[in-house]
Amino acid sequence: MVEEVKLFRTWSSPYALRIVWALKLKGIEYETIFEDISNKSPLLLRYNPVHKKVPVLLHRGKSISESLVILEYIEDTWKQAPLLPESPYEIARAHFWAKFSDSKLMPAIWHVFLTQGKQQEEAIPPAIEILKIIEEELKGKKYFGGQTIGLADIAFGWMANLLYVLEEITGLKLMNTQNFPSLSAWINNFSDVPAIKENWPPHEKLVTKFQAIREKYLAAGATK
Amino acid sequence: MAGASSDLKLLGAGPSPYVNRVQIALNLKAVNYEFLEEKFGSKSELLLKSNPVHKKIPVLIHGDKPICESLIIVQYIDEVWASGPSILPSDPYDRALHRFWAAYIDDKFFTNVKELSTADGEEAKDAAVERIAEGMTLLEDALGKCGKGKPFFGGDNIGYLDIAFGSFLGWLRATEKLAGVTLFNEGKTPGLVAWADAFSSHEAVKDVIPEIDRLVELAKMFKARAQSQSAN
Repeated sequence: MVEEVKLFRTWSSPYALRIVWALKLKGIEYETIFEDISNKSPLLLRYNPVHKKVPVLLHRGKSISESLVILEYIEDTWKQAPLLPESPYEIARAHFWAKFSDSKLMPAIWHVFLTQGKQQEEAIPPAIEILKIIEEELKGKKYFGGQTIGLADIAFGWMANLLYVLEEITGLKLMNTQNFPSLSAWINNFSDVPAIKENWPPHEKLVTKFQAIREKYLAAGATK
Repeated sequence: MAGASSDLKLLGAGPSPYVNRVQIALNLKAVNYEFLEEKFGSKSELLLKSNPVHKKIPVLIHGDKPICESLIIVQYIDEVWASGPSILPSDPYDRALHRFWAAYIDDKFFTNVKELSTADGEEAKDAAVERIAEGMTLLEDALGKCGKGKPFFGGDNIGYLDIAFGSFLGWLRATEKLAGVTLFNEGKTPGLVAWADAFSSHEAVKDVIPEIDRLVELAKMFKARAQSQSAN
């Protein structure tokens, strides 16, 4: 029973989805425990006392938190369907882009999504600049990792889905196939991978949820 | 196999804890390299060319390949010079612990330290010290879990998390001096107090982290500069 794998997540968390994809790509059996963020279970608080967040992976009686840390743990533990390349330099590049997704792209996109009026207008050009950087990186490649899906693709995976949801909610179009051909192609390639395709949360449910998040932020007058 | 000095270049600046991380890792592996000092307030052509995305130090240039982001560079060094002492542990769970706490230090802990150095007034300062103290308690606990009774997070020798956290020791001590507070409390976090001494005096570290008084002077200079800029 020590090989049991459990994943604490919510149906919509993009961070938790990364772990679902990694486990599915490697063909690892696991049990899902769905959390209600407004009413966190005692188990979640026990297994992630520092951040109290999903996702949390439970394996061999030990808990691992933080999605990128969990992805590395999965890669270190299960050697099939590798998510990282062989050479240290290519590994460093994969890490670099995975980090870029969280440290640069996500904040820029949220900033557009959680604002309105002049603030939103001003948030758009920096977000597009960042998308251009990603477009440049993807030129001539099927995935961030080259020919096969890897860690950086999984880190950016939220973009392949949430970007459209956020565009629908705000009525804004941040990217299109004309100006971002490589990025558009990557979104299609990534979304077509069976492990990914079979695990998208339902679109309408995402629209409803993120619409509510946006309204809550705007009402609170949050500037982030 | 240590490369020739010209094969390995580190773009950086002495006072940067992120640059110090790379220097410590290279020292641990006894690797020769050329240190190219970036001048404060300007970015060299080489830096802009090697790190066009972030335009930040440190950048390690190995042959013609640039590697960016301090902890990514540390792991790269660990993997390339695999015959030297290991920086990351081999057990997957131990590796996860090192990575988790390194992320905590970069995302949360050092933000709290910066807040202390910019805190205005006693109340803000006390709140910042409180947050840092909570972090120190967590890290004391992590030292026990990772080090398992040994002096370092890496056990008998310096590892990834020691480097991630220890690189900030100079600035932590400077902040203590500037703010007039004690962050390393013998009574509350004895393990970390002993660890800080052991780390700072380690062969691979002692010539890397700048003197505290120099960092205090630099901090005062940054603050004065920031204040005069906002006054304009």
